[in-house]
Amino acid sequence: MPLVLNEEQRLLKETAHEFFASNAPVGALRKLRDNKDKTGYCQQTWQQMAELGWAGITIPEAYGGLEFGALGLGAIIEESGKTLAASPLLATVALAATIIELGGSENQKQQFLPKIASGELTLALALEESAHHNPTSITLTAEHKDDGFILSGEKCFVVDGHTADYLIVAARSSGAMESGDGISLFIIDANTCGIKRRRTTFADSRNVATVEFDGIVINSDNLIGELHKGWRILEPALDRARIYLAAEMLGGATECFDRTISYLKEREQFGVKIGSFQALKHRCAKIFVDLELARSAVLDALSAIDENRADIAQIASLAKTLINDTYYLVTNEAVQMHGGIGVTDDLDIGLFLKRSRVAIQLFGDSGFHKDRYASLCGY
Amino acid sequence: MTDITVFRASAKAWLEENCPASQRMPVIKQQQIWSGRKREFYCDDAKLWFERCRDQGYTVPDWPTEYGGAGLSQLEAKALKEEMNVLGCRPPLYDLGIWMLGPALLEFGNEAQRKEHLPKIARGEIRWCQGYSESGAGSDLANLQCKAEDQGDHFLVNGAKIWTTWADKADYIFCLVRTDHGAVKQEGISFLLIDMDNPGIVVSPIALISGESEFCQTFFDNVKVPKKNLVAELNQGWSVAKGLLKHERKLMSEIGGDVPSPGITPVQAAIQYLPIKDGKISDTNLRAKLVEHEMTMRALGLTHFRSFEERMSGNANKNIPLIMKYIGTEEMKNKAELMLACLGMKGLGWEGDEYTEDELMVTRGWLFSKTMSIAGGTNEIQLNIIAKQALGLPD
Repeated sequence: MPLVLNEEQRLLKETAHEFFASNAPVGALRKLRDNKDKTGYCQQTWQQMAELGWAGITIPEAYGGLEFGALGLGAIIEESGKTLAASPLLATVALAATIIELGGSENQKQQFLPKIASGELTLALALEESAHHNPTSITLTAEHKDDGFILSGEKCFVVDGHTADYLIVAARSSGAMESGDGISLFIIDANTCGIKRRRTTFADSRNVATVEFDGIVINSDNLIGELHKGWRILEPALDRARIYLAAEMLGGATECFDRTISYLKEREQFGVKIGSFQALKHRCAKIFVDLELARSAVLDALSAIDENRADIAQIASLAKTLINDTYYLVTNEAVQMHGGIGVTDDLDIGLFLKRSRVAIQLFGDSGFHKDRYASLCGY
Repeated sequence: MTDITVFRASAKAWLEENCPASQRMPVIKQQQIWSGRKREFYCDDAKLWFERCRDQGYTVPDWPTEYGGAGLSQLEAKALKEEMNVLGCRPPLYDLGIWMLGPALLEFGNEAQRKEHLPKIARGEIRWCQGYSESGAGSDLANLQCKAEDQGDHFLVNGAKIWTTWADKADYIFCLVRTDHGAVKQEGISFLLIDMDNPGIVVSPIALISGESEFCQTFFDNVKVPKKNLVAELNQGWSVAKGLLKHERKLMSEIGGDVPSPGITPVQAAIQYLPIKDGKISDTNLRAKLVEHEMTMRALGLTHFRSFEERMSGNANKNIPLIMKYIGTEEMKNKAELMLACLGMKGLGWEGDEYTEDELMVTRGWLFSKTMSIAGGTNEIQLNIIAKQALGLPD
């Protein structure tokens, strides 16, 4: 379980750092927000990222990807978190491509993975149906009809849902409401007649959509994996997405903390730098401890993906919990330690605060993951 | 096979052949084998295990062979430790000389001092204690007043040390003493090795809230110390002390100091003492705290491992050791509180047959755990150090 990056991965991380600093700084997100950009991310920047190979960084070479591994994608996503760069990395690469790679048929892999890798297609997972992440609580139905299925129901908080070219839909084909059994995954053209997509405005200025499926007829080619057994693909894919999201959050938390430390070294009150006050020093030192622990967990989790380890569910819940709690603490303390300026829109700290809360909710908050971790450990 | 896999395999084979079965169970405090003239073995197996390790150099595996070690590289020593953990082998020997003074002598001592003291430490013949803190020099350690005066062929030591752990059982003490009153306080301190058999030394144990007395006060009244027992240059003791404190803090973050513990985790205690419903500990509040503890412990282990890997890859992260003492000891206290919570009233027994040995150990261990964030530098001082060295915040 390597917990340090090798030379190649380190170089990639440096490249990503420079890329986001010059092509997608925090100001870029502001611009998207202020212009009420219809896409919600900069397509030109995304194309540049795809040209660098990042859209296919984890995709096998046989399907046009770089097959560079999870520590590679983690490094890129972590750097994107430092500038709050909005891009399809999470929804399309970390999540949808993972589902297809883990559970797709050979045809589906050939159809989608090369086009994801080249940046031609973006995808989104239509999963949630309520305000809290609850991946087995699925009521959207997939009803057998002739050779195909009819999808009926509504999904919410679909990341990149309003712009994606294809949707992967988690539907209930049988089984009880809270059960993993009986969930099936379907991939479907997002522009299919009868699918209604509404973008909702979110605090972090990123994309989430509500998607309605009003009796959509699809055929069995659209099924990913086996009927009723989508959970076997969905759960490990969600764990991978949780880990990649944790990497983004690690980047965001680190950047927000670094900015705060810099401010404490500049700002003077009572004739001294406020960073000399012990009331602030001790809080900063504790955050630093939490950040380092979270960093170890995230790195181990990324390694776990590369090694396809058996404890991936546990380590995903560990990493997501630690970074949830750390990002929460860092952003709250960052606002407080900046004082009045910390609550102004001019300062970027507020943007980190907003992103942190969205990221905390996505794919499970700490309550969800602590409960899951304990259950996985048998208590 | 790489060299390290070859070594690992041979170490494993050696351990399997030489470590008696009784020495492969979690060690309780009463069965730890401590060095010294008054060394005692509670059973023959413990003696055998100690002697075999001693002869192999495994009491101090990474020390050079000429000083009684096995001359292992860092990687080999780590592999040995891991293999010992896998088999559950107990540490063959306990002593501050092994953990703290030895590494300090290897770094700061002269050849004569190494030759005189290191082999005795490796063979478990001399037990060491540490004389740093004084009643007026706790967190402000450099304020120490215990003095050593130059008398030509020897130093004359006068003063008192406090919190000298197990001084009543030790043969030698390594001490910080003031040798220059005029200088800036850190610059007038020297590092002395003192034989506890010297006339003029009186040791008085201090009763703690846990009912134990492992901390002592040690008084020096005109104690003569030969000049050869000065480590490093005169008035350079502070650098030795700082180097040595790192070993102490690392140790405290790793082995849990001496917190007595019945050898089960809080989660295991919860399963034993609390109602379980549908496979879950039904006290949801406590269950959440238990998960947080387990998660922190796992992240701590990973951070130790990351720190090691970073060192091996040539990119040592000097900030990691700074945080380990703080978080390691905070989590030990948390663990002790959780044990108490899991046992409920059973975790509050003081003595008597109504309570099992393990239950009594929970009570005592909980009380003793409070020393962990004070000894070896309070955690408030640790936070100051993190703020200054890792974050660069101004004084």
